[in-house]
Amino acid sequence: MTTIGQEIPIATRRRKDKLMLAACLGATTLAVTVLSVLLLSIFVQGASSLSWSFLTSFASRKPAQAGILSPLMGSLWVCAICALVAIPVGIATAIYLEEYARRSRLRNFIQLNISNLSGVPSIVYGILALAAFGRCFGAISADDPLSLGDPDGFFYLQLPFGRSVLAGGLTLSLVILPIMIIAAQEALRAVPPSLRQAALALGSTRWQMVWKVTLPSAMPTMMTGAILSMSRAIGEAAPLLVVGGVLLLFSVPENLMSDFTVLPLQIYNWAGRPQAEFHKIAAAAIIVQLAVLLAFNAVAIIIRRKLQRPLQS
Amino acid sequence: MNTATLLATAALLISSVTAQAQAPKVDLKSIKGTVRVDGSSTVFPIMEAVAEEFAKAAPHIKVPVGVSGTGGGFKRFCSGETAISTASRPITPSEVTLAESNKIEFIELPIAFDALSIVVSPKNDWVKSITIEQLKKIYSAGAATKWNEIDPTWPDRAMKVFSPGTDSGTFDYFKEAVLGKDGKMRADMSVSEDDNVLVIGVGGDRDAIGFFGLAYFEENTDKLRAIPIIGADKAPVAPQASTVNDGTYPLSRPLFIYVNAKNAHAPEVVALVDFVLAKVNAIVDEVGYIELPTAVMATTAANWKSRKTGTAFVKDGKKVDGAFTTLYR
Repeated sequence: MTTIGQEIPIATRRRKDKLMLAACLGATTLAVTVLSVLLLSIFVQGASSLSWSFLTSFASRKPAQAGILSPLMGSLWVCAICALVAIPVGIATAIYLEEYARRSRLRNFIQLNISNLSGVPSIVYGILALAAFGRCFGAISADDPLSLGDPDGFFYLQLPFGRSVLAGGLTLSLVILPIMIIAAQEALRAVPPSLRQAALALGSTRWQMVWKVTLPSAMPTMMTGAILSMSRAIGEAAPLLVVGGVLLLFSVPENLMSDFTVLPLQIYNWAGRPQAEFHKIAAAAIIVQLAVLLAFNAVAIIIRRKLQRPLQS
Repeated sequence: MNTATLLATAALLISSVTAQAQAPKVDLKSIKGTVRVDGSSTVFPIMEAVAEEFAKAAPHIKVPVGVSGTGGGFKRFCSGETAISTASRPITPSEVTLAESNKIEFIELPIAFDALSIVVSPKNDWVKSITIEQLKKIYSAGAATKWNEIDPTWPDRAMKVFSPGTDSGTFDYFKEAVLGKDGKMRADMSVSEDDNVLVIGVGGDRDAIGFFGLAYFEENTDKLRAIPIIGADKAPVAPQASTVNDGTYPLSRPLFIYVNAKNAHAPEVVALVDFVLAKVNAIVDEVGYIELPTAVMATTAANWKSRKTGTAFVKDGKKVDGAFTTLYR
């Protein structure tokens, strides 16, 4: 067995240290350079097209008049629905798996499936969601849907959901659920068992232990997981192309059943056109998308700050 | 702004004024509702312009436009998911059967002509004109891989073949017009459902050849060169309005919208279809397609007025043969 400082001379170890430092630094520089070149080129291309009217007007066949109101609002609606569904469901699943479920074959089976699902291409979720949410597996005809409420009001639902923002949000929540569950599980695992034991020893039920002890101390890490999953959700285009399928829209969502389009689809549409003017506004839309992403993350970071408190108090 | 755009804008303005004068006293701004449109990427430039102008005229009618391709659009239309399907070829017998099984009746309305343009990169200096036979050689399954296999005077260079996707009406139309009914398209092509991808692909490669709607060529004349086709009288014919209208350009085809008859009296659908029929000629000029002959357009208007259901292209589950203009005059 090799013990430090005995058989390998200090000069060799120092050299190895320097070599590793150089390798890690090189890797970091490479990643940062590629990213900054990408961002810089997008900003140079898109910054001139950014304006208030770009944010508040609808699309147009004339690039100078085109705006991103529909896809921007669509992205906000879809991501809000996605967050409201995926984060609570993900955390609840993680709590069940970590705090309640005994180590059984069933639990291992569920765990294995969750890990595998996180690697499934997102378009597969799109196809599944179109069949399940969009068409109710053909059980109810799209020609004659069941509906509830006033189609022009805020409170309106119909079955099947069709190509609505609700279907889109649920699709994205399927895409990010495995990532969210795994992140929340890791967060719960990082809570020292001694805290749980103390809570249980004082006579609390499992739920009291989870609610008062484990969850608060795991919450900051869970929020990091939520940031990562929502970043994925907002950038998804493929599953929403299958579920929504709308490339052009001159309205914003009014209720859960409204049609929608999202920023990645609009960017895809514009970036694919041959005219350079459309590439410019595509770049501007990318900047807006990055801003929305940063805003989402800022919310999660604020929640994390509020919840972060020392374990002893 | 160039003269063409100016003219197009002027035409649009004039037609909007006349349309307003003719339109019955319905206040478009008071109508609410949603009219879902999906279908052909070839018709998309027309629908894009229609939807944009319509959104200004009727701000409370939502018109989501999808681009699933003609076939993809019909799949949705025939199961009742969309109110209007756009198409760059007539509905097929199997699609009619699907619609019937879902108890969906439809109104078929031709709205414009499109010419398929065969395009190469401007850097390609050897192809001056092409025959349908040569096109068949290029696009048939298991066919040529080098330019000089098509014409010995062309260079000994590998050919790169581009095509619109199999869900597009453009693909279906080309296959039937060039390869014949039982023709089989080669599988080793670069395929995209998005015509803009083809523009970029063909435009950037000296050895590439591709085809798509005339509008996409006219928007990109700086990146592409259209090849004249040797027609019936052995003279090369370039794709343009005059040659399509007099029938000498061999690869031209009608574009359609199909309206679900169930909603054909709903105020929002009536508003949109009336708007399309009133504006289509001006928009067609603006986006680079070709107006239908007046007689055909009159039939379209009459069929819409009487809400005539069914298609002229399918009878008793079989495809009807015959020139489009004779079927629609």
